[in-house]
Amino acid sequence: MSGVEVAGRTGHRRLAVGQVAGDRRRAWPWPRVTLAALAAAACLVPFLLEPYRVFQLTMVLVHGIALLGLNLLVGHGGRVSLGHGAFLAVGAYGSAIMTTSLGVPYPLTLPVCALLTFGAGLALGRPALRLSGPYLAVVTFAVAVVVPLVIKRFGTVTGGSMGLSTPVPAAPSWTGLADDQWLYLLVLAVAVAAFAVARNLVESRAGRALAAGRENPAAAEVLGVRLDSHRTLAFGWSAMYAGVAGTLYAWVVGFVSPDSFTVTLSIVLLAAVVVGGPGSLLGPLLGGVFITFVPAVAQRAGDAVPGIVSGVLIVVVVCFVPTGLAGLLRMAAGAVTRGTGRG
Amino acid sequence: MGDLLLQVVQGLSLGAVYAALALALVLVHRFNGIVNFAQGELAMLSTYVAWQLLEAGLPFWAALPITLAVSVSAGALVERVVIRRVEGGGELACVAVTVGLMVLVNAAAGLVWSFAVRSFPNPFPAVLSFGSAQSGFSALGVLGVVAVMMLTLHLFFRHTGAGLIMRAVVADPVAARLSGIRVGRVLSLGWGVAAGVGAVAGILVAPLLFLEPNMMGGVLVYAFAAAVLGGFHDPVTTVAAGLAIGVAETLAGTYVKFVGADLKVAVPLLVIVAVLSLRRGRAVVRGTG
Amino acid sequence: MTVREVTVRETTGPRVPARPVIRTAVSAALALVLALPLGGCRLTEEDDVLPAGACAGQQVTGISGDAIRVGGIYPLSGPASAYGLIASGARAYFGHVNEEGGVDGRKIEFVVRDDGYQPARAVEEARRLVELEEVFAIFQTVGTPSTAAVRDYADRRRVPQVFAATGASRWGTDWEHPWTIGYQPSYVAEARVYAQYLKETVPTATVAVLYQNDDFGRDLRDGFADAVRGSGVRIVAEQSYEVTDPGVQGQMANLAASGAEVLLSVTTPKFGAQALAVDAAVTSWNPLHIINSVAVAPAVMAGVDTGKVREIISAVYQKDAADPEWADDPAVAAYRASLRRYAPEADPAAQQAMFGWTAAQAFVQALKRMECPTREGLREAVRRLDEVSVDTLMPGITLSTGPGDGFPIESMMLARFAEGRWASFGEVVDTRAVFGPVRTAGSAG
Repeated sequence: MSGVEVAGRTGHRRLAVGQVAGDRRRAWPWPRVTLAALAAAACLVPFLLEPYRVFQLTMVLVHGIALLGLNLLVGHGGRVSLGHGAFLAVGAYGSAIMTTSLGVPYPLTLPVCALLTFGAGLALGRPALRLSGPYLAVVTFAVAVVVPLVIKRFGTVTGGSMGLSTPVPAAPSWTGLADDQWLYLLVLAVAVAAFAVARNLVESRAGRALAAGRENPAAAEVLGVRLDSHRTLAFGWSAMYAGVAGTLYAWVVGFVSPDSFTVTLSIVLLAAVVVGGPGSLLGPLLGGVFITFVPAVAQRAGDAVPGIVSGVLIVVVVCFVPTGLAGLLRMAAGAVTRGTGRG
Repeated sequence: MGDLLLQVVQGLSLGAVYAALALALVLVHRFNGIVNFAQGELAMLSTYVAWQLLEAGLPFWAALPITLAVSVSAGALVERVVIRRVEGGGELACVAVTVGLMVLVNAAAGLVWSFAVRSFPNPFPAVLSFGSAQSGFSALGVLGVVAVMMLTLHLFFRHTGAGLIMRAVVADPVAARLSGIRVGRVLSLGWGVAAGVGAVAGILVAPLLFLEPNMMGGVLVYAFAAAVLGGFHDPVTTVAAGLAIGVAETLAGTYVKFVGADLKVAVPLLVIVAVLSLRRGRAVVRGTG
Repeated sequence: MTVREVTVRETTGPRVPARPVIRTAVSAALALVLALPLGGCRLTEEDDVLPAGACAGQQVTGISGDAIRVGGIYPLSGPASAYGLIASGARAYFGHVNEEGGVDGRKIEFVVRDDGYQPARAVEEARRLVELEEVFAIFQTVGTPSTAAVRDYADRRRVPQVFAATGASRWGTDWEHPWTIGYQPSYVAEARVYAQYLKETVPTATVAVLYQNDDFGRDLRDGFADAVRGSGVRIVAEQSYEVTDPGVQGQMANLAASGAEVLLSVTTPKFGAQALAVDAAVTSWNPLHIINSVAVAPAVMAGVDTGKVREIISAVYQKDAADPEWADDPAVAAYRASLRRYAPEADPAAQQAMFGWTAAQAFVQALKRMECPTREGLREAVRRLDEVSVDTLMPGITLSTGPGDGFPIESMMLARFAEGRWASFGEVVDTRAVFGPVRTAGSAG
């Protein structure tokens, strides 16, 4: 909103391009084959790779789910949250406390945490989303700063700064799977469901209302779109995704502590949405890859390098490739299509 | 009573630093409509420049103007090279790019100067006693510098040609461009001035907090609170708010038991939320300005 | 993207077809069921175990006749990256050992990973070290959160997590995690040394405590409160701060109001330096300034106007390379030379580098004492140290563990900061002998 207004000042306005502007041309001629190949690869991976690689891919999926949610708000809704780490914390701690203190079997914690964070998202979303422009970013930033302190404050429940160890879900014996394979497949199933739901959401009336609100709130309101309720709902959904990701995180890592949910996490999440490609469905997955692999790879070049690489990547992507990695991929796919003459 | 005075003075000196950084945030916001999450890190970078100059043997009062000149040019350069590209790119692009800068500058400072804690010389004589309480003179020195800085900015904007042009751009960029003002340059200069103000904040706070790449992280939250209180608009309210927050958090830690030291950081958060919900109507109008 | 294109086409059909993503889910589930018989099998091997002999069935992953692969997880980036220097010190010592022929002919390969002081990344890196790099043991994780996070994993995979660089008292009293052991004197032990000193010299002291609000700060503070209980030494004021706070000026102003005779500063370097600076600036309050050992760093002390602080005391257990007292010490000379050679980026005066060097030396001693060259052998060896001496520890301080004693070092000495350096004084205080064993981690609250 503010950005659009300001844009006129310098005469440097650039129009949104590609998918952001609603470009729905076909970019890839073999969607089914590709999808089938990907699905097969995703299912076979745990049996081919070392446990550590499987774990890394599991983390990619966990982050991917969180980013999918944040993307609903940021990419599709056009509102910026720097505090989504808080919902991850709620999901992770919710699951950890339920499994350790209350003895709830772990599969039950997933729906409970999902409902919990959905409710929290709805409750917080209404007042928060009324904040204009960058105020929402500032408030959510402040929330992200306070979260670890609140966790410590209620140390009797949360284990304080020492954190909580949670049992890692063991594979049922009838499957004959190793634990990491079981976890991977479990997370994969949740991720596929999450993607399906997100896709339906975005394609639905609500999704179009969100996009309309992002592009031109005034026009959308005039056309009778109730922006407030759509955005609140989007906030609720995105909080729920973060909560689900948090729960899975607790399962996979087996340990939660306040230091896992600092403001850095929220910043990294936002950065990953931007780098992956805001407003696309593939973006969150690419963002998950970014979160998991960039620090690990960049560390080989030097100790402070991961931060520099992430920072440069964010700035460069925002400045030059506003559609993110997903946009790049789309362009590449388009080039292939044209090259083979199948477009 | 003396204890209270000591606490108030300590609170004021930190508050003055919050105010200075908040002032930089407000300046940037008024020119570009951008909330600069990297403001604190840019200030930290300036402080390292000053530290490097001092290490090279320069006296403090020679290092200061050089640092300010470097900071102003660096701020202008950042605006020209990076920020100009996202203007008009929407809320997400604006927030993301400054967050990216924040991460980048922090890591770069760590790479160049390492994360070791360094002491920074205090430009003010150390001790002054007044009444029953005795406290660092630096507290008053910090206040003085912030006051001088505000006065200078005021004079600059009110009584110089450049200031007039800058005010014209803030008031109506389109009209300013139509009357021949190079709006782009003015925006760069705006970022430069903000970076200079931030540099002063960094140099003031470094002797108290000790210099390291994460020095400004904690300060930024408080500066946000002050800037929000000032509606990201009004410098005088912003500075007053910064001072008030500094005193409030020092006293809250002592006198409000539930807050204690655990949740002291929640004080600025509560301030932000309370202010925004109370004056929502007006904030919406101003926030986009 | 691709997905979206598909829908557009699909929905033109006469009936509403199953959406491709849902279909994918179904096929994924099908593939899963088909893949289940494969379950458990994968193309990688399981851990190596010894087939026969006295040590049959024990794990020998990462150890061979001529090499031992060791992994370490350090905060090389992020807020706690000052502790990354520990890795430099350890690397220098392993280089030194390898040059002299290694441990029983085995060269040590030291793989260092960065966790940025985030527990989740520590777990990730631990998995990387164990599953991908196939290390024999994890030598050092830094900080209580990271160590706690890795502990369960190490236990599950039965990998020794040796000499973790954290003083939390729980490592030494936790018998459910035999694979994890700490190294340095616990925070409780350190608190006891201060308490003992105060009880002897200022029996009626009033104490103000500034502490970091996390397990480290609370552990030390509670340890101190326990140790002075029943004596004339009283805690009259307490203030805590968060690592995310900009500074501790407000807290110090509040503590100054108490007018206590002693200030116990339970801090990390940055906040310790701030506390010292405030102490120097406030002329109306001049307490005896006790600063805990983790807060001591050369840069911190360099900036302090010691003329304005009455007396600064800390506890030490290893030699200080910056101290002229050890200028001619052969052990410190070897440390300086190797550090210059294998880790030139590290400042030899840094306490952390010396810490890494000394801990690595203790680790090598433990390796030499393994009865079986296996992971189980190492676990036993570190839990059965019998007054093992390490030449960069203060004279009179040794490593001892045994049944019921999971704390390798429990003795410390006091040191006073004067004329720009730390000078140790008094006797070595064996806190186990004076106060008895640290009972439970529960005493940490």
